[in-house]
Amino acid sequence: MDDDMMAVFRQEATDLIESLERGLLDLSDQPGDRDLINAVFRDLHTIKGSGAMFGFADMAAFVHAFESAFDLLRSGQAAVTPDIIRLALEARDEIIGFLSEQADPDGRRAAILAALEAAVGATGNAVGTAPLPEAAPTGQAHRLWFRLTGNALALGARPDLLLAELRELGATDIRADLSEVPALDALDPEVCMIGWSMDFPNGITRDAIDNVFLFNDVDLRLEAPQAAVDRVPVAASDPVPVAEPVSAPARKPSEEGPQADKGGATMRVAAERLDHLMDRVGELVIADARLLQLAQQSRDPALMAAAEEISRLAAGLRDTTMRIRMVPVRSMIGRFRRLIHGLSETIGKPVSFIVRGEETELDKTVIEQLADPIVHMLRNSVDHGLESPADRAAAGKPAEGRIMLEAEYSGAEVVIRISDDGRGLNRDRIRAKAIANGLIGADTILTESAMNALILEPGFSTAESITEISGRGVGMDVVKKTIEGLRGSIEVQSVEGRGTTFTLRLPLTLAIIEGLLVEVAGERFSIPLAAVQEIVELPADRIEEDGSSDFLDVRDRLVPLVRLRRMFSSPGAPGEFQTVVIVRAGETRAGAVVDRIIGTNQIVIKQMSRLHSGVRAFSGATILGDGTVALILDVPHLAGVGQGVEDRRGVAA
Amino acid sequence: MTKTVLAVDDSPSIRCMVAMTLREAGYEVIEAADGKEGLEKALSHHVDAILTDQNMPNLDGLGFIRAFRQHPESKGKPIIFLSTDSADTLKQQAREAGAMGWMVKPFTQPQLLAVIKKVLG
Repeated sequence: MDDDMMAVFRQEATDLIESLERGLLDLSDQPGDRDLINAVFRDLHTIKGSGAMFGFADMAAFVHAFESAFDLLRSGQAAVTPDIIRLALEARDEIIGFLSEQADPDGRRAAILAALEAAVGATGNAVGTAPLPEAAPTGQAHRLWFRLTGNALALGARPDLLLAELRELGATDIRADLSEVPALDALDPEVCMIGWSMDFPNGITRDAIDNVFLFNDVDLRLEAPQAAVDRVPVAASDPVPVAEPVSAPARKPSEEGPQADKGGATMRVAAERLDHLMDRVGELVIADARLLQLAQQSRDPALMAAAEEISRLAAGLRDTTMRIRMVPVRSMIGRFRRLIHGLSETIGKPVSFIVRGEETELDKTVIEQLADPIVHMLRNSVDHGLESPADRAAAGKPAEGRIMLEAEYSGAEVVIRISDDGRGLNRDRIRAKAIANGLIGADTILTESAMNALILEPGFSTAESITEISGRGVGMDVVKKTIEGLRGSIEVQSVEGRGTTFTLRLPLTLAIIEGLLVEVAGERFSIPLAAVQEIVELPADRIEEDGSSDFLDVRDRLVPLVRLRRMFSSPGAPGEFQTVVIVRAGETRAGAVVDRIIGTNQIVIKQMSRLHSGVRAFSGATILGDGTVALILDVPHLAGVGQGVEDRRGVAA
Repeated sequence: MTKTVLAVDDSPSIRCMVAMTLREAGYEVIEAADGKEGLEKALSHHVDAILTDQNMPNLDGLGFIRAFRQHPESKGKPIIFLSTDSADTLKQQAREAGAMGWMVKPFTQPQLLAVIKKVLG
């Protein structure tokens, strides 16, 4: 039993515990679902079985009692109640304790089991490890006769192996007994009609004989030297479990190591190795860009063909690697269900939590960093969003609040919506609070979405009472920061009295993206291609800025312009042909004015140094094919600057 | 000739333990995660012996053994039934379904090898 196996076991146990949690929470929603009860039972059973194999005997005993309780549910002798679910979830937590070898000084585990048993109405405690094998009677004997009976041959019995084992035990003078063999036409080839007899000059124990015929239906006679007949049919129905190894393994371990798994369709890999792989692929993509550029400069067709081939392979490798890293949203849902279940009980608001699009996949890193912000938003929804049951009744809503989490693909992004059917945002209160906090002036006029976005600012909370659940108004700004750190965006929509919806847009992946390489005043910048909506020429009469409202009319819709030359304080005048790259972040658009488009490239995102991390205009840097560095423009920031242009227009109007 | 064992268990760690133990001892091992997959593999590959768990999704151990024994290919192939339960009724059912022998979990690597040697030589 080596470390590798132990690691496989731990991973499996973790998965099972998660699956168990999911099963229990689903069961609390659908208590009558037999399939769910069976699934929970099976998870428990597997945890118990592998736990015992890997030396967690205490855990196996604990899970055994846990499982016994569920067996009563499975057989219909007891029904699922909220109490049982609660206790089962507690018991599930204890399994984690067993795995991390935490002691249980307070006897909590026994108490949970006792309560669980009481809840399902179980009688008697079935805790116990595997029973010890019974000892078989022993005796001395000299002559043995046996014949396989029934369908032993069809089941795989091998008389040659049995004889070899008996020979090892000291059998001599082995003779076949052909007396029962019928004529050829009456012979059933699947039935063994031959018997064998043999001597054991040195005696033999009954135990040893029983061990040889452990798995076989057999008629046998073991005769003592005094020739007393001791005919003992070994009943097929009452065999003895394997107790001790019958003999030491005879085969020498082969030199070759474990062979590749031919059977398994999936395999588990440590996440760290995937990160390493991704790093390497990132380096490869950069090296590939450099190679492609050198090949083009050389104008050697053979070299260019080879470089293009490598480029194609590298792109394939990149895509495959990124696919490996995709994890379904489902993997974090269990945590959320548990949270809402707990919150709903703590603060006495019944909540139904609906999840859609669980199978939507996101990069592992995104999923990992997303869990905390979503937890925070769900807390907010339960605590602030939903009204108390009494208020809901007064508003003519069902007593049970509804919180929905939906995930879906939208282009190169994943959109996650978290919505509640609660009271919605109170804009007057937000406004008052924002003015009090100095976030806006008393006479500022804001659009609805700008008003909603205020709750994402630091230090903002409009809950009348600060509760233990949602904290003290720190939070939504952290959520926003985290989402933006993932190159995503967050928006708030709300209808008073009808509920609030948070919409998160997240890139499918973080590590390598397609970029649009542009030039501004001789410098090169990259814009994430997924955010680029279209590219248009800047009309010649708009090359120079004309006052405060700098807009471009694109098919009858105004897009605010962000002149990068001006934003970067570049020296010199803009050229004759300027290009507008229209980017979108969430629902806002902006047109970045650049000198020229160079082309698309793959960008491996490198984080900015700590010194530069405060620079809002750039989300990172990337290394180009010729080894120089290009900064990556931060699209949400660009859109924000554009929005500023629009707001000024709104105020002016 | 190398003997091939089909290990049917929904627990990856037990499959891994069984597979590594047997491979080190020179057997080929095919793995299956439940009875349904086990049945497919038992019928599409050459196997000399089968180890199967009882509690599995899709098709349990007893169901798998019964289904496999319906096929003539199953003739003479020993099946070892693994169970955490040492109740005699289950053993009886396993035997009636067509298992040759059984092992009670937990078992050690030497115990596993001893049983496989017993049925395969």
